[in-house]
Amino acid sequence: MPLSPALSTSAPAWFKERATNAWSQFQTLPLPSVRDENWRYSNAKSIPLESLANADVPDSDVVKVAVAASVELEKWSARLVFVNDCLAASESSQLPAGVICVPFSQALEQHSDAMREHFMQRQMQLGSEKFAALHLAMLKAGTVVIVPRGITVPAPIEVFHWVSGENAAIFPHTLVIAEDNAAVTVVDHYRSCTSEAGFSCAVADLIGKPGSHVTYIACQEMSEEAQAMHLSSTVAGKDAQMKSFQLQLGANWSRSESVSDLVGKGARSDMLSVSLPLGDQIVDQRTLQNHKAPNATSDLLYKNALYDSSRTVFSGLITVDEGAHYTDAYQTCRNLLNSDTAEANSLPGLEINADQVKCSHGSTSGPVSEEELFYLKARGIPDNEARRLIVLGFADDVIQRIGNDAIEQMIHARVEEKFARLG
Amino acid sequence: MSLKIENLQARIGEREILKGLTIEIKPGEVHAIMGPNGSGKSTLSKVLCGHEDYEVTGGSATLDGEDLLSLSIDQRSRAGLFLAFQYPHEIPGVTNANFLRAALKARKPDGEDVDAIAFYRQMYARMDQLEMDRSFTGRNVNEGFSGGEKKRNEILQLMMLEPKYAILDETDSGLDIDALKIVSRGVNAMRSAERGFLVITHYQRLLNYIQPDIVHVLMDGRIVKTGDRSLALKLEEKGYDWVKDEALPAAA
Ligand SMILES: Nc1ncnc2c1ncn2[C@@H]1O[C@H](COP(=O)(O)OP(=O)(O)O)[C@@H](O)[C@H]1O
Ligand SMILES: [Mg+2]
Repeated sequence: MPLSPALSTSAPAWFKERATNAWSQFQTLPLPSVRDENWRYSNAKSIPLESLANADVPDSDVVKVAVAASVELEKWSARLVFVNDCLAASESSQLPAGVICVPFSQALEQHSDAMREHFMQRQMQLGSEKFAALHLAMLKAGTVVIVPRGITVPAPIEVFHWVSGENAAIFPHTLVIAEDNAAVTVVDHYRSCTSEAGFSCAVADLIGKPGSHVTYIACQEMSEEAQAMHLSSTVAGKDAQMKSFQLQLGANWSRSESVSDLVGKGARSDMLSVSLPLGDQIVDQRTLQNHKAPNATSDLLYKNALYDSSRTVFSGLITVDEGAHYTDAYQTCRNLLNSDTAEANSLPGLEINADQVKCSHGSTSGPVSEEELFYLKARGIPDNEARRLIVLGFADDVIQRIGNDAIEQMIHARVEEKFARLG
Repeated sequence: MSLKIENLQARIGEREILKGLTIEIKPGEVHAIMGPNGSGKSTLSKVLCGHEDYEVTGGSATLDGEDLLSLSIDQRSRAGLFLAFQYPHEIPGVTNANFLRAALKARKPDGEDVDAIAFYRQMYARMDQLEMDRSFTGRNVNEGFSGGEKKRNEILQLMMLEPKYAILDETDSGLDIDALKIVSRGVNAMRSAERGFLVITHYQRLLNYIQPDIVHVLMDGRIVKTGDRSLALKLEEKGYDWVKDEALPAAA
């Protein structure tokens, strides 16, 4: 059975209409061509659309195993587990009063106005209109978080999305709205129940109203037979501080598109990513830092440690609109090549239409520094352990910027576990 | 028992830098090597540690009878050789504490780990001696450290690894007088009948604080003069030229 939308009857009419339109849009839009600038060095045919199928309602055994494996952070304010886009577990008693953190379907019914205002209101800008349309058409699961003014959610909200079944596809959605001066951290995990092929096509929209703090972490650890797509956007209002982190460890092909709009004066957005591809894994990363207001800062740091015949593509663009004076925008991609056959492609870019702007972009690719190795070995650390420390340090250098010890430790441990799988 | 360097010759690319250098350091002794910039002081220290840029073309180096030159870089360190670098490298993302633990773990039998509580107790005691703030344990190795902080960090590693022979390469450069005193105190605390030191310096100032038993002058890849502490004072007063004048006619 090929993919086909299964509309929930309880959804509001506006949503049904958008989903129906999205389905026809998905069917009409052509697959992006490799000649499309947003798809250079990558290939949308990596996603086997023809062989994918709607994910089945999972067996109770599968659900039990997935729920039991959904433990990462020791402390959380709320935790939701989805298996094949079906809610399998949820616990939210630790949330401060007034904070909304509900499954997507419930948000549609109970918070229709807020959803109507904020749900997928932005144009895709980095090449995946077709996949965003597919996501909207197929969407039934995910998490909607709305934090009222001035409220800080103390511990992270942690969400697990599991896919089970050969060629099954899931469409996880995340919508976070932090009202004025609110603060929240949300962690999404994308995982496969087995080593089967499958597809996750996720969308995450993060909206930071003036003075809010939003930290968003996406950990992609799908099966190495799977494909993973993550389309995210952040909107940073006046003096808002947005931080997003992408961990790409799984899938044989993954693509992340991350757009950050700085729409309020004094806003800040940190865009971070770590990947550690092995074998013939491909990690495709597209980013956009849009400065639309003055005195805002965006700082992007993506690091990839490549092994074997793996490949990464980083394509990043900074745009500074007219009037966005005193912008500070930085973009750095560093690739650590641990094999002669690994390949890192970097396409940095800048478009500046304002004055008094500080912008820098740069990318580096190379093997482990001999001088770093010498320093560690000169202290008695053997070659393989020295390399391990340097590669984990290379990743930790980004991880340390998250600014939350528990999350940093969790991500470090995931990277370390993947590293241990190296020969 | 000694760190014994005999007629050591080494080059980088086509360039001869060490041209037959001989020194023997016994446990309990502190030797100083002084010499003008470019004479080969750092080269000697890096060659002994096994830096791969340098090719040894002749001579020998042994540590308590063991052939150093046949060991890998990390084996040399575990055999008991330590170098406090003139320019310590930064290691992004690796904290000082993790780095030191890894270095200590490498000295344990396979699979055995460092006792975390004893490790931190020891490290904090050593840091107190060096007047280093405890926050340095969680900071990445040498990243964003001032020149003086890097040098203290080198001595902290020396104190934690307790080598048999320690080479200090211009540990005084970049230190103000207070830091110099603190670092010297740390080094002096490590002096013992079981440990030998080779203190490399351009200036005699350091030798007021770390007093050597023997002073050598290195010029153009060779030891051209050896004496006691008074030699260092004479070098400070008169510069290096008189040694050159003494040494060169003999070579001519
Ligand atoms: N990597 C290198 N490549 C080329 N020449 C070098 C290199 N390292 C050192 N040298 C040369 O070797 C000589 C000795 O250098 P060095 O041992 O650093 O001297 P010192 O430490 O006594 O100042 C100098 O002339 C220096 O220019
Ligand atoms: Mg030197």
